[in-house]
This record gives sequence, C-alpha cells and structure tokens, in this order.
Amino acid sequence: MELIQLIVGGIASGCVYGLVALGFVLIYKASEGVNFAQGDMMMLGAFVALGMVNQDYWALPFFPGILLACAVMGGVGYGIDRFVVRRIFGQPQFALVILTIALGFVLRFVAGSIWGFTPLVLETPFAGKHVNLGGLVLGYEDILTILVTAALTLGLWLFFSRTKLGLAAQAASQNQMAAYIVGVPVRRINSMIWALSGVVATIAGVLYASKGTIDPNIGLLGIKAFAAAVIGGFGSLPGALMGGLLIGVVEPIAARYLPSGFSQMSPYILMLIVLTTRPGGLFAQIHAKKV
Amino acid sequence: MRAVFKTSYDKDIDLHPDWWERGKIAVLLGLLALLPFLVGEYYLAEATNTLIWSLAGLGLMLLVGHSGQVSLGHAGFMAIGAYVDAGLMNAGVPWIIAFPLAGLAAGCFGAIVAIPAVRMSGIYLAIATLALFVIIEEMIIILEPVTGGVGGIFAPSITLFGIDFDRYASLNNFYWLVLVIVALTTWAYANVLRSPTGRSFLAVRDSEVSARALGINVTRTKALAFGLSCGVTGLAGALMGHYISFFNYELFSIFISINLLLVVTIGGLGFIQGAFFGAILITAVPQLIAILRDGLNATVGIDLGGIPGLDTLIFSVILVGFIIYEPTGLYGRWLKFRAYVQLFPLARRDMFRRQKTYLKTERSK
Amino acid sequence: MSLLEVTDLAVHFGGVKAVDGVSFDVVEGEVFSIIGPNGAGKSTIFNLISRFYEPTRGTIRFDGTELTALSAHDVAGMGIARTFQNIELFDHSTVLDNLLMGRHRHRATNWVQDLLFLPKVRAEERAHRQNVEEVMEFLELEAYRDKMIAGLPYGVRKVVEIGRALAMGPKMILLDEPASGLSVEESQDVSYWIEDMRRDMGLSVLMVEHDMRLVTQVSDRVLAVANGKPLALGTPAEVQSDPTVQAAYLGTDVSEGAVA
Repeated sequence: MELIQLIVGGIASGCVYGLVALGFVLIYKASEGVNFAQGDMMMLGAFVALGMVNQDYWALPFFPGILLACAVMGGVGYGIDRFVVRRIFGQPQFALVILTIALGFVLRFVAGSIWGFTPLVLETPFAGKHVNLGGLVLGYEDILTILVTAALTLGLWLFFSRTKLGLAAQAASQNQMAAYIVGVPVRRINSMIWALSGVVATIAGVLYASKGTIDPNIGLLGIKAFAAAVIGGFGSLPGALMGGLLIGVVEPIAARYLPSGFSQMSPYILMLIVLTTRPGGLFAQIHAKKV
Repeated sequence: MRAVFKTSYDKDIDLHPDWWERGKIAVLLGLLALLPFLVGEYYLAEATNTLIWSLAGLGLMLLVGHSGQVSLGHAGFMAIGAYVDAGLMNAGVPWIIAFPLAGLAAGCFGAIVAIPAVRMSGIYLAIATLALFVIIEEMIIILEPVTGGVGGIFAPSITLFGIDFDRYASLNNFYWLVLVIVALTTWAYANVLRSPTGRSFLAVRDSEVSARALGINVTRTKALAFGLSCGVTGLAGALMGHYISFFNYELFSIFISINLLLVVTIGGLGFIQGAFFGAILITAVPQLIAILRDGLNATVGIDLGGIPGLDTLIFSVILVGFIIYEPTGLYGRWLKFRAYVQLFPLARRDMFRRQKTYLKTERSK
Repeated sequence: MSLLEVTDLAVHFGGVKAVDGVSFDVVEGEVFSIIGPNGAGKSTIFNLISRFYEPTRGTIRFDGTELTALSAHDVAGMGIARTFQNIELFDHSTVLDNLLMGRHRHRATNWVQDLLFLPKVRAEERAHRQNVEEVMEFLELEAYRDKMIAGLPYGVRKVVEIGRALAMGPKMILLDEPASGLSVEESQDVSYWIEDMRRDMGLSVLMVEHDMRLVTQVSDRVLAVANGKPLALGTPAEVQSDPTVQAAYLGTDVSEGAVA
C-alpha cells in the first residue's frame, strides 16, 4: 500500500516534471532551440498566479486569475522570443543555450525583487481536500495535476500533428530556409510557440505550487525536467511526459528504499542509463544523415 | 600593416611567425613575472585567481572551442581535481606528486565518461554532462570519510624543494608557481593545436563523417579531447583548492560551471586568448561591481548591497549582450579592432559580417 | 590484377532494397565509373565501401583484405580515399589545414609527443607540408592556401575535397559526382586530373557520375545500376548502347555523350 501511495504521489509530481519537459519539447520541436529558462518560466508563472490570486496581492477569483496569469506568461514567452531570442537568429544552437541560461538568472532576479526570497504559498480552492480510495489517499491537487497534464499532452500532440500551424512549426524546425521559401512565417511561429510554452509553464507552476511552497529557486527543477525530456527523446511530446512520469515515480521510491543522497541523483543516473542504451532517448528522433 | 614574408615551412609550423610576435609574448610574460613587485597583495591574489580561472577556461576551451563538444558540468572535474589533490596531500603525499595525480584522476574520469558520451551529440551531451555534475556533487557528499562531506576539507600548503608556496604566507611564490603552470599549459595547448592531434580535434568538430573517412577514430579522438580537457580543468581545480585553502563541495557549484562557459564564450570561442580574456572578465566584474556599489553608496547614498543576486544579474545581462551583439567574444572584438587600426583608413564596415546560417535540423546526424 | 572486388553486395533499409546484388571489380590503375538514374544506389555503394553502412549481404575485398570486417576509420588506413556528394569539408579551417588533415593516415606521432612538440613532430610536420604542397600544385590551389573554406566558391571547394583525398596518398580514390555543379571548363579540368591521377600517381579511380561526357572521356569500364540492381557492365560504348540501360534512362538523351 505504501508503495502504491508513493507511486501515485510520484505520478503526480512526475506530471509536473512532464509539463515542464513539454514546454522544452514544444520549443525544440518548433525551432530546434533549447530553452534552459523553462524551469524559471515555470517559477515565474507560479509567482504571477500567486500575485493574481492570493489575498495579499490582487485577490482575484481562482480560475480567472489563473487564466490571466497564463495570458501574462504567454505574453512574456512571446516577448522573450520576439525581443531577445530573435536577435540571435542564425547563430548556432549553442548560443541559445547560453542565452537562456542567462535569461533564467534574470527571471529569478525579477521574481525575487517583486515577491522576495521567502517561501510563499499559493492559495487554491482545493487545498487540503482529498479523497480516500480504500486506504489510498489522493489529494485533489494530485488528481487535477494528472488530468490536466493528460489533457494538455493530448491537445498539444494533436496540435502538432493535425493542425496547419503545428505542421508549419515542425517544418520550420527541420529546415528553416525551405520553410521560408514555401511561405511559412518562421519567426512569428517561433514567437507563438514560445508563448504557448509560457502558458504550459504557468500551468505547471500552478500545479507545483498547489502541493507546497514556492520561492524563486524552484526553477532549478527545470534541470530535472530537462532530464525527463531527454529520457523521452527530445523531439517527442508523449516522450516528454513519459520521461517526467518515470522520474517522478523513481525519485520517491529511491528516497524511500535507497541510502540517502541517491534520490537526488536518481533522475540523472536514470537519464544516463537511457542515453547510453538508446542515445536518442526512449522515443528517439535522431535519424542517420544521408551523405 | 605588417607583412610577414615566409621563407620556410617552419614559419608556419612555429608558434609565432616572427620575432615581433615572439617579442610581444616575451614582454607579456616578463610583466606577469614582475607583477608581485608592481601591485599590492590584494591585487596579486586577484591576479592569481584570474590565472587559475584561465587554466580552467583553457581546459573547457579545448573541449568546446576546438573539439565541438559541450560540457555544462565542468565544475565537477574541478572538484575531482581539488579533492584528489587535497586528499592525497592530507594523506602525506607531497604536492609534486599529488598535483599531477589530481589532473590524471580528473582526466581519466573524463575519458571514461567520454566513451558513452561520444555517442550523444549536441544537446544530449550537454545535459548528460550536467547530470554527471550533479552525480559528482552528490558522490562528494556521500564519500564523507574521504572528502569531509558537507563539512569540507583543508588543502595543505605547498612545499617544493624546501621552498614555501603557501597561498597566504608566501603569496609571491604561490603566484609564480601558478604562473609557471599556466604558461606551460598554454604552450602545450598551442602545441596540440599545430600538430596532428589538434587537427583531428578540429576535424571531429567540423565534420565527423569526413573525419571518419580520413581515418580518424572519432570515438578515441573525442575521448582524448575529453580526457585532456578534464585533466587540465582538474589541475585548475586543485590550484583553486589551494587558493581557497578550506573548501567543500559548494565551491564547485553549478554557477562555477556556468561561469566557465561564460569564460569561453565571452572570451572568444576557439581562441586560446579567449580563455584569458574571459577569465579576466569573470574575475574583474565582481570587483568592479563592488567598487561601483561602494562608490554609489558613498556619493549618492544608494545602497545596492541589499539586493541579492545582483552580481549574477549583471553577469547575465552582460552575457546576453555579448551573445546578441558580439558572439565572437572579447577576443573576436579585439581582432576586429586590431584589423581596423591596422588597415586604417581602408577598413570596410562589413569586413567581419557574420555569415547567417539557416537552421538545418540536427536530428539527422 | 583486381584491387577492389565487390561480390553480390546488398543493403536493405527496412523494406527498401537500396543496393540489391551488385558485383563488380576494379583493376589496379583503372578508372571505373558507376552510372545510373538518381536513387539508383550509387552513393550507397560508396557508403558501403567506406563502411558507413553495414551490408545485408555480400563481400568487399580490397587488396586481399575483407573490408566488411573493418570499421569506417580503418578503411582509410587500407588506402581508400573518398570525396562526398555534398561537400564535407572542415568549414572553419583553411584550405591548407583541410589538406593537412588528409595526412592523418600517415601520422607517426602520438598525442604525448604532440603535446611536447618534440623535434620528431616538427620533422613530421615539415614532411606533411611538403606532401600537401605537391597536391596543391597538382590541383592549382596555391592561391587559396590560407583562405577559409567558408568563403570559397563551390567549384573551388569541390577541388579542395579532391585535394584532401589525394593528400591521403591513397591506392584508390572514390569520387562521388566530381563534376556536379561545375562548369564545362571545370569539368574538363576534372577529366585531366583523373587522367593524371591514373597515369602519374598510379591511382585507381572509382567514380560515380552523371556527366556522360566525363564518363566516356576517362572511364575504362562502366557499371550501370538502377533501383539498386546492376544493369550492364562493360566499356562506356557497350553500356551506353545496352537497351536496358537506355530504358532506365527514360527521357534522358543518351546519344549525346556517345561520341567520345
């Protein structure tokens, strides 16, 4: 029973990792860029939501407040691409990695300046409520996390494979010049995808915040989410979720059954194992180049 | 503009084409050697710090700039070097043996890690090195009896042939020791670049496919690059340990890794000089911020000391600025400036116009 | 004396039979061409010889050694050099450096000696440079010696790639579409160079090419393939007049290149 409880809790936290990983993969699928600031965007999203919803701040009703937070972070995402990332268009991928690492620091500073560095709690309408399924305790926030994540993943996957915009985004990531030639507005699509990624990050942030406190350093979770995206295979949306779930489940089990200190390492050891056996991740997206 | 008239292949093989270039380096080395007599103790310590960072930067530059591999976890190798060096010395091994062993340990570990790592490319390699870094950090805490765990470890003072090289008591000696090590490493690095080994690194960086077709064992080359890079960075870590004297794993945090990346990218990727320029920036900026802060406080009364994270913010902004406006880094900007001055007034505005590359997916490798 | 013997070579990528039962041999000092419509598997044959792909079936013997037992980087050591259809040069190096990299097969120093730049390393560097200068002289690349690849025109880059292959000092050179993208004069230069390679350097040349004028001008024998299967093997005239070959080239004016 304890194991199942751990697993369920792990699935819920895995969903949060999965959502952040989803944000990574979104941007990668559209522009083959890597956004190392994704974790910090999640953090900022959580704080913006807190600023909308908490009694100490704007005290808006919950769901409209969250929606507004999503809109704001969507704008932030769009802005980051439009005004910063677009400036390094044409530079190698490496430059974007460093740029987003730096941006992450900036976001952390902004959050710290506005909301301070002491941990705060997001006020949610489902805090503390839970259901009891024959000894198994499921918090409302866990159930909501799992449902929202599943819905989002499905929605995004459909977006990329069925809609014209999604296909255009994929085309742009595979061969920018060719995409331009057939009329795909590459840069505008990139900005839209970044905005979408910001929204996903906000949702992830809210779900994370519903389970505990937040402070400007929670963005470091992004590194674990990154490992999740890599495990799943970097261009795969269901893979990102799968990777997140895997890490989410392995972590508490490792903490419970292995000597201390190993649980911290477990996501990364898992990732290294996956990478050495399947270099492209579980749902590998790398193909051999034709020379 | 000086023209160099080459009369033999040796002119190209030599490190410097003529005595003018050689002279400039000699003057630089002379100045550096005389530094203890020119500046006070505080700035000498800072100079030592800069030299140590340059060494670490050289290590990472070999990997990133000249072999095209990314590592986000190089601080981990600095940690290995520092702990092996201090640990061995604490066990009674003299520094002259402990130091190279520390580099060897870091280098071997890097080479071993490289073997699975070389199957990954680009972003996968980057995140794998990051993961490795976290694992190394955790291992340091777990191996408490050897590493002092969270409490930390003390790096004993260095004695060579009866002469004291203590970082506090005999800072001049320590500085000179670091200077000699850095100079030798730079010379070895330059040797590598002009030899078949260096060329194989560049080949692997630019086109793995044709490197293979030319007979280069890509896996072995990447492993060698990793090994050498991690070894040099390990040596830098060992020196850093002596510089700080008492340290724990927090000395080698993720921010150090990122700072190292800053050093090589802002300094100028692909140039040896870049490591030095980057190191100077990394060590100078906190000083400048401190001076600025004190100045602002004294003159206008604005106290910026209370804002946490200001240092990192300024670094980040500088970094963002460089990436956007000057991706070739400080050394690249210096080259452009020098070309402008040498060609004056014939320098053309678009001489260094960057060739825009359109993204072609890396998923077909 | 057969330098290269390919017997019943085949490679299947999933359901696609890229190469299906190709056999041919290249005699020492011969210029052998492989022709065929696009997608026929010509470059795939090269990639099989270079050991980039693993064959599903068949053997490749070079100079008596079975190549399928070697890995890609050992093939160069056997004395096989190649060029690529889409130029795979080292963009951030100079022409000189690219050619020097071709000397890797003759490397006589290890990395420790290189680190210390012992006199032996210097002597080796001089020897490599001498050799590479001769290649540059042959291909008339001296003017481009210190230029970065990234700024060079396409035609020059193709020549540099040939130069890099020659710098290896190979026994056999695989040229993958050497004349594609070149003007008439540049293609003429290529045909002269191939002649010189065979006559003065004693090289055997295996070439994939679409330019029929070049093929008929330099080749001793030709193999025509289509859809991975061999169609005809013989002298250029024989192959061009073969009815199955002409059928495979539907729409192409084959008679154009027949006058040698």
